[in-house]
Amino acid sequence: MDLSWTDDQQAFRAEAREWLTANVPARPLPSGDTRGGFTAHLEWERTLFEGRWAVVSWPAAYGGRDASLWEWLIFEEEYYRAGAPQRVTQNGIFLLAPTLFEFGSQEQQDTLLPRMAAAQDLWCQGWSEPGAGSDLAALTSRATEVDGGWRLSGQKTWTTRGAFCTHLFGLFRSDPESERHKGLTYFLVPLDAEGVTVRGFGRLDGDEGFAEVFLDDVFVPDTAVLGGVGNGWRVAMATTGSERGLTLRSPGRFLESTRRLRELAAEHPERLSGRVREDVVDASMRAQAYQLFTLAQVSDLVTGTPAGAESSLNKIFWSELDILTHRTALALRGAEAAVDESWSRGFQFSLAGPIYAGTNEIQRTIVAERVLGLPRVGR
Amino acid sequence: MDFRLSELQRELASATRDLLDARCPASVVRASREKPDGVADLWSALAELGLPGALVPEDAGGLGLSTTDLLPALQETGRAAVPAPIVETALVAVPLLAAAGNAELVAAVAAGDAVVTVAPAGEPVPWAAAATHVVLLGEHVSLLTRAELRGEPVPAVDGSRPLTVLGGEAGHGETHGEALGTEPALGRSARARAAVGLAAQLVGLAERQLSITVEYVADRRQFGVPVGSFQAVKHHLADALLAVRFARPAVLAAGLALDADPVAADAATARAVALAKATASDAADLVSTTAVQCHGAMGYTDEYDLQLYAKRGWALAAAWGTATEHRAAYGDALGLPRSH
Repeated sequence: MDLSWTDDQQAFRAEAREWLTANVPARPLPSGDTRGGFTAHLEWERTLFEGRWAVVSWPAAYGGRDASLWEWLIFEEEYYRAGAPQRVTQNGIFLLAPTLFEFGSQEQQDTLLPRMAAAQDLWCQGWSEPGAGSDLAALTSRATEVDGGWRLSGQKTWTTRGAFCTHLFGLFRSDPESERHKGLTYFLVPLDAEGVTVRGFGRLDGDEGFAEVFLDDVFVPDTAVLGGVGNGWRVAMATTGSERGLTLRSPGRFLESTRRLRELAAEHPERLSGRVREDVVDASMRAQAYQLFTLAQVSDLVTGTPAGAESSLNKIFWSELDILTHRTALALRGAEAAVDESWSRGFQFSLAGPIYAGTNEIQRTIVAERVLGLPRVGR
Repeated sequence: MDFRLSELQRELASATRDLLDARCPASVVRASREKPDGVADLWSALAELGLPGALVPEDAGGLGLSTTDLLPALQETGRAAVPAPIVETALVAVPLLAAAGNAELVAAVAAGDAVVTVAPAGEPVPWAAAATHVVLLGEHVSLLTRAELRGEPVPAVDGSRPLTVLGGEAGHGETHGEALGTEPALGRSARARAAVGLAAQLVGLAERQLSITVEYVADRRQFGVPVGSFQAVKHHLADALLAVRFARPAVLAAGLALDADPVAADAATARAVALAKATASDAADLVSTTAVQCHGAMGYTDEYDLQLYAKRGWALAAAWGTATEHRAAYGDALGLPRSH
């Protein structure tokens, strides 16, 4: 048992830190969930790509560095430590790409991955529908086989940054006779295809970060199918596995947000009452506990023990930590908590954490049934 | 970087679990409530495995292990609620006695002939009746034989961890025992070791209560189905598991910090220790509350074994710094000003 980094890992950290120090914009960019801010973030994404830091864990052939999970964790720590911008390409890189690596054809990988890494194709997620949220298997958007491809119809919603993206990945019911998890197919859809309408709308914080995507008899070729017709559920679950766990929210993010929380506390000693101090400490402790939990988890992962349903534990833990951190920051800001700025926006965004990527209620049920082995009957 | 247990750590923990499954079932813990000095056989078995002298160098009759190496086995002693001062002897007293040059007593510990309990001066002493020696940590660190100890038993919530309140000057750290030293580092590292050892036991206790409860709710039927199929029960238990899973790595990391910094001088070590004890205490507390609730009235009985583990958890969570005290200490180690 050893919690120290190797010389190579330390060298990787130093290289990442040096590059980030030289390249991270001096001033924070406007929110990437607004049209103008999104454009500014794309410029940053291309800078990252040129420095070969956009997709560190990918093969070099696709613009990555073949980085191990350990190095990826190190990069994330340095990324947040440097105060670098949010990743508006996240849904493609962290959700679709792992699925493409696992299920994509060689041609799909060769065509799509380099464009994704370079932020030329911008991917959004097409899971939820008006009638299918936590109960994703209730989805009704359909795919009808036609000569040379498929016709897609239906409505997707809560699509993050959908109004700014170029492509959508999502699930469609390809077998009209099927029910629930069966008969679904995973499709890759260009949003400029005929019959696609995207309507952006505001999130809780007012940014146009959400979109509804309407598909009206949209033609896509057979090459738009990922992982085989009728395999959609299995293919999609592989993606949500990565989303819940590490790759969506690494410890570096929370080590940094709690460090900033302590900075804020130092600026407001007059508000550091017993309760607030305890919360500042509690958030800091939880960030460290999350880091240690992750190190143990990655130690298992790199030696061949899959995380499986345990990744639901990560999601519950970090989402609750994020709310605590921001709520405590607002307590430290006093009346200024009512000013619309990064902490108050961060607080509003933290409330989405227990909802997106599978609500925490769903995660707790998964933990109880698949980790603890409790019986599934009843709800 | 590799945060998995080493083969040695896994094997010692697994041997400890096997031994305790056989020699320390709930009935033994329960019986010790009436006869606190009746655990000599159990202690001999632990000594045969090498646990009391685990940190003693091999050429002095011990196993020559590090603090971290011993923690997974101590977690098992928590899981079984061993009614004897194994953390106090193995993890706290041995390094203190070795530092003071008391080779004779160290050898006796390794041989299983001496049982040393440890307490902060002024606080109740656990398992005094089962111990041959007592170490008190005050301004001075002092060593007494049991015969020298002047105190009165007080009723304990956890009857399998009896408490003695010292009378006279002993309660204030002024004892007529042998002085082991006055350096602040000595007391500081002993307190850190005690906190981390109990944290390991608390994780084991939490795991035990959780597994008893999972088994119960899968079996117990109401409204025609197992109560464990109800979402409210599932979510309680998911939260309990979450607390346990996040405490375990924190405990091991504290062991590594103490092995790298045995006198617990660095702020990072102080943070690691505080994190371990606070998260493990909180986890055990949450699990016991959840376990009692998920058992319904059965959880509120003396006859059912769950209470043995719940009460040990409450006792250990209170000892060597509560979760609140450790959180405050963590804040200090971060340089966060104390509130006014």
